[in-house]
Formats: sequence, C-alpha cells, structure tokens
Amino acid sequence: MSLKPNAKTVLEVKDLKTYFKTDAGIVKAVDGVSFTVHEGETLGIVGESGSGKSVTNLSVMRLISSPPGKIVGGEVLFEGQDILKLSETEMRSIRGDKISMIFQDPMTSLNPFLRISTQMVETIRLHNKDVSKKEALARSIEMLKLVGIPSPEKRIQSYPHQFSGGMRQRVMIAQALSCNAQVLVADEPTTALDVTIQAQILELIDKLSSQMGTAVILVTHDLGVVAGMCDVVCVMYAGRIVEKAITDDLYARPSHPYTEGLIKSVPRMDTANKNNRLFSIEGQPPNVIDLPPCCPFHPRCHKSMEVCRHAYPPIKDLGNGHEVACWLYAEEATRAKALQDAEQQEKV
Amino acid sequence: MTKYIVNRLLGIIPTLLIIITLSFFIVRVAPGGPFATERNLPEVVKRNIEAKYHMDEPMIQQYGRYMFDILRGDLGPSFKYKDYDVNYYIANSLPKSIVLGSWAMLIALVFGISAGIIAAVKQNTWIDYASMGIAVIGISVPLFVIAPVLQLIFAMKLQWLPTSGWYTTGEGYKTIILPAVSLSFAYFANIARLTRSSMLDTLRSDYIRTAKAKGMKNSTIIFKHAMKGAMLPVISYLGPAFAGIITGSIVVEQIFRVPGLGKFFVQSSFNRDYTLIVGVVIVYSLILVFMNFLVDIVYAQLDPRITYK
Repeated sequence: MSLKPNAKTVLEVKDLKTYFKTDAGIVKAVDGVSFTVHEGETLGIVGESGSGKSVTNLSVMRLISSPPGKIVGGEVLFEGQDILKLSETEMRSIRGDKISMIFQDPMTSLNPFLRISTQMVETIRLHNKDVSKKEALARSIEMLKLVGIPSPEKRIQSYPHQFSGGMRQRVMIAQALSCNAQVLVADEPTTALDVTIQAQILELIDKLSSQMGTAVILVTHDLGVVAGMCDVVCVMYAGRIVEKAITDDLYARPSHPYTEGLIKSVPRMDTANKNNRLFSIEGQPPNVIDLPPCCPFHPRCHKSMEVCRHAYPPIKDLGNGHEVACWLYAEEATRAKALQDAEQQEKV
Repeated sequence: MTKYIVNRLLGIIPTLLIIITLSFFIVRVAPGGPFATERNLPEVVKRNIEAKYHMDEPMIQQYGRYMFDILRGDLGPSFKYKDYDVNYYIANSLPKSIVLGSWAMLIALVFGISAGIIAAVKQNTWIDYASMGIAVIGISVPLFVIAPVLQLIFAMKLQWLPTSGWYTTGEGYKTIILPAVSLSFAYFANIARLTRSSMLDTLRSDYIRTAKAKGMKNSTIIFKHAMKGAMLPVISYLGPAFAGIITGSIVVEQIFRVPGLGKFFVQSSFNRDYTLIVGVVIVYSLILVFMNFLVDIVYAQLDPRITYK
C-alpha cells in the first residue's frame, strides 16, 4: 500500500508488541501493530491519548525504558534488518543517524545547559567520526538556515532558553535531519505549540522531508494535520491499529466505527450548524490492563454485535490496501464460528 | 557579572554588622555573665574586674567601643582565657579546622558524588542498595560512635594510623586521616543521597531522552548531558555545609585531640565569654555568607538560564 507503486520500503513494523509490567497487571500498550513506511512517504498514526502511538515509536527507536516496559514480540525491519535483534551499540549507530526523532515538547527536549552549537555538532560528529568540529559547525548553521532560523551564525551560540517554543522545535528538526536520516519519527511535534506556529512547523517537516527524501512517521491526535500531511494513515485504538488506508481513501470511506466517530468529531467550517453540538464518541478508552479477548471499542460502538464482546475482529482488506479490523466486514460464517469458539472457550 | 560580584561583596558588610550587633546584645541580655560564679565575689573585686573590661560603662558605650575595635581588626580580650586575646585563639585554631574540614569535604565530595551517580545509574540493583545503605549509616550513626570505632579498627587493631594528635611535620599527615574520614561521613551520606535523587530526576527528563534518541553512549549522556543539571542541588547544599565543616567540630576535636576552632563554639558559650562568642560567630557568619556568595556564582556558571545583573 503506497502512493508511489515503486517506492522502496524503508521501515517495516511487523506484529510489534510492547508490554509494561505494573503492579496492577500487564499493560499491553502496543499489541500487534504492523505498518510499512516507504521512501519519501509520510505515515500518520492517529489515536486518542493512551492508544499506544508514542509507545509504538519509542519501541521503533528502542527507547522504551526497561523495566517496566519490554518489547515482547514482533519485528522492526529497517532496510531488511530486524533492529530489535541488534546489540545496543549497533542500535546506537542507527538512532539519530538513520532513524531520528523529534518530540512533543520542544521546551524541554533540548538540553538547557548546553549551547545549541554543542548539541548539534555532537550529533553530527557522533555519526560521522571524520568530520571536524569546524565542518560540523558549518553544517549545523546550514541546517538552521534551512529550518528558517534568522542569522543562524549568531543564534547557534545561544542556549535553548533564548529561543521561543516554535524556534526550539525548528532546532530539534534541524538536529534530527542533520545526519540525513532515512526515517524521521515525529511524536506529536506540534501539540505543545500554538496554532499558527503548528502550521509553520508542519509545513517545514513536509518541505524538508520531500526535499531530502526522508520518510516520516507522524504521530498526532489531530485529524486535520493528518489530512494535510500524510500519505497513509493508521488509526490506533487500545494498542492496536484498527484501520489503515491511504489518506484520501480513509476520509472518503471511513470503515471502522471508531474512525467514523473521529472524523465526525472534527469541527468543520463548511457544514457549521449552530443548533447542533459537536459530535463526540461517548465513553472512555478502555483500560488496557488485562483486556479480555474482545473488540476493545465495543462498549462505545453503536454498531456492536454479540461477537464483538467475545473475540477480536480479524483484519479485512477492503481493496486498495484499505485494511480494517472490525466484525462488520467479516463474513457471517466467520462471525458465527468465532462466537461459537469463544463460547466453547468460556465453558472450559 | 563584575558589577554583581562587587555588589554582593559589598552586601556582606551590612549583613555582618547586623549579625555582630545582634549577637553582641543577645549574649549580654542573657542572665549571668563571665564573672558570675557560685561564690559571690567581694563587691570591690567585682567592680575592679568590671572596670578592667569596661563593663561598668553603659551598654551603648561598650557597643561603640567594641565596634571601633572590630573595625581595627581587634576582636578584644577573652574574658576567660587570660593569656591571649580572641584574635590569637581564632588565628591559631581556624587554619587547622580549615585544613581538616577541607580534606573531609574533599573525601565526602569524591565518594558522595561517585556513589550517588553509580546508585542512580544502577537504580534498584545491589550496588544502589549498598551505597544507599552506607549513606543511611552515615546519616544516622552519630560522630561520637563512628570516630571511636574507626580509632579502634585502624589505630588500635591494625595499627596503621595514630589514634590522635595533630602534627604538621614528617609523618604528621597521618594524624589527619582518621578525623577527616570521621568528619566526612555525614557529609558523604548527604551528598550521595542528593546526587542520587537529582541524577535520577535528570535522567528521566526529556532532554536526556533526546540525547538517547541521538544515539549517544550512556557514559556521554551522564557526564556531558546530565551532570550539570544533577549537580545543582548538591552545589546549594555545599555552601552551608562547607561553612560548617571548616569551622570545626567539637566531637572530632575532642576524640582526636585536634586543636581546632570547634571547641570554642561550645566552651565560649558555657563560659559566657562574650568576646569569644561574638568572635566565633563573626568568623562563622563571614564564612557562611561568603560560601553562599560562591554558590550563587557557581550556579550562574553551571546554569545558563541564570543571569545576574
């Protein structure tokens, strides 16, 4: 599934499972997530807070703190190699160089004690040992210019607190792209910024990634951002991807009731109806501790059936790579069998 | 910055004046006096003594005289020790306390910071529990227990070090080891605990996650990215702690026979030795105020967000 049929696969996540051990039980924060990122493509991951978006990305970077977290299963193939099997040293040479990451809160993501120059130069020289300090500084200044920081030669000697939030996020982007990463993981890069700055930052990520051919994984809970930026979208709910499609396709025919609800709850200018309240999905996301085998969305779903309460739905391809995990699209026979199996299991 | 430093140093003067004035009057307002004894002195003798020390003058005149002497650098005669004046006692004992205290602080810093960092990095492992266990012992076991135990082991049983004394020549350095180690224990414990908790906080912060995402080695992350932030609470503890440790400790001085300043703090109060009390108070507050000033300067050097105008 890709917009460009011949695009090379850069990153492939297969059945990734990341669990956290807590006193209350095992939290299945990410439970069988699969997606593929192609060269130059932007993949969006959307979902409510706690749906496992950030954990998915931190797992791809192998930055889950263990304990309590642990990647218990699956594969993350980067250029065909499973990076979950790499040693910590090998992994370090991928982080920041091949796959780099920008974070949600630019105010706290840069080290307040070190100059921007120190932080950027160390990133470049960490992955390119033969680059001199001077060359690295020149490259950093060039990157800052690219992300639109005025008079970068002077500003690079500043400390992070001398920059505004938007400028800091620009610095983060410059730093993340300074080693020509193949994949940029952007974990809600605009959530902490105000709306006008958000648009600028997203435009910047979009422009630079297409210029440099970087694939982007964009995590967000803002469907408007997804529509504007992403080629492919994954909708996550309770640690799983419930629907995955090319962006236009997803908006044209949202198939999972959850996606439908999400899209309906975006405030719209064109169909503004002053008498109607903004649509919202009733209820709360489920507690993912010791979740029973069922569709986790069923308590909030207005189309739920008996089978939804007893078994997790299989993934169904609706054509054109549009995949959905919902019992609505399963055949009657499959549904009946799943229900029967579940009932038998419960008896045992 | 220069202007700030000058201002701060000038600010020490009024602070000291207030401290001197307060302590001058407080010790005199308290009942009793340096010449009050069980047996009442004959009226004539008492009046003679008081006249010698100008205690028959009105309080305000005594204060003026005392302040004038201080401006000339004279802390006055001791009321109890008749051989020398307060200047002499402080000048003789303070350097020894500074030497002993500095060694103790150095030991506390080196071991405290290392133990704190290792405990934080290896959180919830046996190394963490072991170093924090030692730290708890350091905080909870009093000096008058630690010191004799060290004497017993290293001086009596193993005979590696002298039990006590204070020599400055030849093998003399050996006499400083046991008192310095005993004195450092509580400070080591505090520094280790502070370092551990602030290092843990720092290692959980967002910018450390960024450094990890850049692919940096753990050791680089700790020393280049986390160290500065983690040291800030330790630095602010060090100011008052250093002032305390270099002005001596009566317990260590008694047990190891160190001729330091610490005993004067206690004895001068028992003796109602007005000038000596105010003298040691001046020394201690001068050092404390100066240490706090140093802490602020170091803070600004470590944290670029702090600027002084």
